[in-house]
Amino acid sequence: MSAVLCPPSADVSVMRPAAGRVARVEKETHDTFTLRVESPDEASPLAGFEPGQFSMLYVYGVGELPISISGDPEERGSLVYTIRSVGAATHALVTSKEGSTIGVRGPFGTSWPLRETRGRDLLVVAGGIGLAPLRPAIFHVLRHRGDYGRLVVLYGARSPKDLLFRKQLAAWNYVPDTQVLTTVDYGGLSWRGYVGVVTTLFRYIRIRPDRTTAMICGPEVMMRFVVTELKSRGFPAEQIYLSAERNMKCAIGHCGHCQMGPLFVCKDGPVFPCHRIGPWMDRYEL
Amino acid sequence: MIRTATLTGSYKQIPFFKGLDDSHLSKLEALGHELTFDRDQIIFREGDESSFFYIILSGRVSLEVTALGRTLRVQTIGENEEFGWSSMLPSHGKQFQARALDSLHVLAFDGPRLREACEEDNTFGYALMKRLLSVVSHRLLAMRVQVLDMYSPGVKG
Amino acid sequence: MGRDSRSHDAAALLEAQGLDELIRSLERRDYEVLGPTVHDSAIDWGPIHAAADLPAGWTATQAPGSYRIERRDDARRFAFAAGPSTLKRYFHEAERSVFSVESNGSPFHVVEKQDAPRRLAFIGVRPCDVAALAILDRVLIHDRFPDPAYRARRESSFIVAANCTEPGGACFCDSMGAGPHAASGFDLALTELDDSTMLVECGSARGEEVLREIPHAPAGKDVRERARAAMAAARKRMGRKLNTEGLAQALYDNFEHPEWEKVAARCLGCGNCTQACPTCFCITFEDASDIDGSRAERRRRWDSCFTLSHSYIHGGSVRQSPKSRHRQWVTHKLSAWESQFGTPGCVGCGRCIVWCPVGIDITETAAAVARQTAPVEARS
Repeated sequence: MSAVLCPPSADVSVMRPAAGRVARVEKETHDTFTLRVESPDEASPLAGFEPGQFSMLYVYGVGELPISISGDPEERGSLVYTIRSVGAATHALVTSKEGSTIGVRGPFGTSWPLRETRGRDLLVVAGGIGLAPLRPAIFHVLRHRGDYGRLVVLYGARSPKDLLFRKQLAAWNYVPDTQVLTTVDYGGLSWRGYVGVVTTLFRYIRIRPDRTTAMICGPEVMMRFVVTELKSRGFPAEQIYLSAERNMKCAIGHCGHCQMGPLFVCKDGPVFPCHRIGPWMDRYEL
Repeated sequence: MIRTATLTGSYKQIPFFKGLDDSHLSKLEALGHELTFDRDQIIFREGDESSFFYIILSGRVSLEVTALGRTLRVQTIGENEEFGWSSMLPSHGKQFQARALDSLHVLAFDGPRLREACEEDNTFGYALMKRLLSVVSHRLLAMRVQVLDMYSPGVKG
Repeated sequence: MGRDSRSHDAAALLEAQGLDELIRSLERRDYEVLGPTVHDSAIDWGPIHAAADLPAGWTATQAPGSYRIERRDDARRFAFAAGPSTLKRYFHEAERSVFSVESNGSPFHVVEKQDAPRRLAFIGVRPCDVAALAILDRVLIHDRFPDPAYRARRESSFIVAANCTEPGGACFCDSMGAGPHAASGFDLALTELDDSTMLVECGSARGEEVLREIPHAPAGKDVRERARAAMAAARKRMGRKLNTEGLAQALYDNFEHPEWEKVAARCLGCGNCTQACPTCFCITFEDASDIDGSRAERRRRWDSCFTLSHSYIHGGSVRQSPKSRHRQWVTHKLSAWESQFGTPGCVGCGRCIVWCPVGIDITETAAAVARQTAPVEARS
């Protein structure tokens, strides 16, 4: 039996999830898993998305969560989510069985500036699970490699065992005009890569602030630190983009939870140019 | 093994020395030695009396802490970066272990002699200390962010 | 909603018995008619079937943390300021089901209840509450994602405003530009002139239609002048005032003002202000499932930014301190709302002041924060 959904009426609510069949669950790290979700009905596939957007995923009887889409935007027919198990609902999501059904709403929110930045160099700075919402942007640039200049990816995680998509990161480094540097906060002797916060990697790359757009996602403290570093290197705030995270219950600006000063992260974001979100991100307990 | 090597080009090209007077540069040139270390070679251990101040010309160094039979890398430093600043202070034991992560080419200065030069010529000493403070401040800031353990759930910016 | 700010008809004069006709006319149109009634020691919304159900000769004395109903020595029916309940509870209910899900094993079936909304007519809506509905409409209808349930409820409502001639001790609608005269957003608007006569204005074609069925006389210039004078007098008797000039920016600028600590020391964090507020729209969602797991339900209910859970993200809340939560509420109402929706989120009804158990006064807090700029070191 497949999930049956009421036909959409004129007044169908965006609050009602579509059925999504969990096609594949893949373990990325000790606490992070990647889910591939498909429509159970081939005739009505799940909606496509823009890199940087998120979905609301509903687990039967447990709750609903905003989850960034981490897959290739041009791979239609399925949506990919990389989820870190940190609470009841994320735990329920990452332990869902292949073939089970979850609810999917969306995609919602703004996306990375991939149209505006054609011809420019791109600097991607990711921390921890923050690589997940940036991965679709990287996929896009690699598929359309000629449309963009240099691509530099800087990625920081807590320790080597927390690094996501390690094989992919290594492979991207071989793509022409593409550089990937990875660092961890702490590493054992078997880790021969960089150790230190992600900003320490700036010493090893060459970027031209006048022709580069930066896209950042990670813990807020890391993003603030990266922005300071970029500005000291002459990046204008308009060429720095950040993806913010706040409590979100509805994704459509109705629940009020995701506010950051005048901004609703769900509908004005999650991707913001730095000059819009920077002043609010710097405020403690805003 | 430690070997001496020859610096191609002048001290002027080293970012740490950028903007120094020629007289100061020649003072440094008189004090500096070039050394190379093999991959994985220990440069100094925790507790060693400080002796040398290093500037990396090529390769990387990992700073490590050894505890409970386990070695943890807490920081890597690369080209044009400095380490061993405790040698600029009198009688300080090393807090970390330093190891060449790749084959390493450094410029090394004997701490006591460098301090002596600073004491003799305070203008030179001040110019050097300003650069050192900037390095220390940068490094401290990065360490502060690192110890936040910001990737752990529950750690908020 | 078919209501606009265009003047639909010259103002008319309505006798008290005309109210009975008005109720009957609305009932004929299948509306349940609600009006202010005296119950539970308050003047609050309740079903009415005749003008006699209205609180003639009653008023309410309101002050920070205090509300008392009292007798008046006349028989006016609308001589009181906004009561405890807002219309929010009828259009953006305190709790309702979003959908239920039936599951027979893994696949599930989402059932969204599409109930026909009640047709509600409200007689005696204060201008502040009329303005509050326009603000809620902006958030829940005229934004990117309309809330169909809210819209359906609003579309099947009929609003008879009652302009304010008797403001209360916590009122400051004049400061917020929301009252005491309702300029738009109603089908009909009444201004009580004395015990037996009212001026009535139309705000929509529907209002005009209803008025045609009610015996009324044309209102002369003198009558309109009396109504205007009554409201001009009301403006002078507002219990509270708030200088809104430059306020939105001042609240942003003085983010670390010591007043926030002071007010937070008194604040109980109960969230009463947010529940009493006619425009606070925050909601949260709850999930429950039957014991055998065959059915689950997702419900939404009002939430409050005074709770820790409001800003929770994995492992902790962004707004940990009571100070930050209080500040969030006040700055959202008076600053952020303006940037988000083009108007302040406050209509000056004073409910948050009256229904605060410790009598915290938003006009005092805002004025204190705006008055003096915090030292530069304290800003971040």
